[in-house]
Amino acid sequence: MSDARERIAEIVGKTDVVLFMKGTTLFPQCGFSSRAVAILDHLGVPFETVDVLQDPEIRQGIKDYSDWPTVPQLYVKGQFVGGSDIMMEMFESGELKQLVGQDAE
Amino acid sequence: MAMAADEIERLIRDAIPDAQVTIADLAGDGDHYSARVVSASFAGLDRVRQHQRVYAALGGRMGNELHALQLTTAAPSGDDQ
Repeated sequence: MSDARERIAEIVGKTDVVLFMKGTTLFPQCGFSSRAVAILDHLGVPFETVDVLQDPEIRQGIKDYSDWPTVPQLYVKGQFVGGSDIMMEMFESGELKQLVGQDAE
Repeated sequence: MAMAADEIERLIRDAIPDAQVTIADLAGDGDHYSARVVSASFAGLDRVRQHQRVYAALGGRMGNELHALQLTTAAPSGDDQ
């Protein structure tokens, strides 16, 4: 488990915007993950995804990492932002754009 | 496995007694819900902490027997009198 924690820390540390999700951007395997991808697409920000369905250790580890029981999970600059509901609220309020846009380039 | 809406509401209220809980069964299948939870105890907490309080109230069911719960939370304000 601490191994998963280290791997997750490395992933969220090296990329500004990372979405842990079920499936891929082209083939999301869950409605919530699909919605999260749609929000990031709409913002036009570069982001990477991690398909937790391909990696059982990460799938469990990501829940422990941020004490958050569900996937998708969004990380910006190493910080946990929230799941798809929080992403939607922050998208609608403009906060998400501000968060990812500050120095995403 | 599914959960009844009133069971979700009861669990949240047990843990957050002042919570105003509004639950909708999105698909009519007892498995896809939305919940809005408003509580004065959320004041000063960011959204992640507010959601974590609700997930804690659900005692590990979130992500297991409760698969699909769209959640929004807030402290009472102009939006939620």
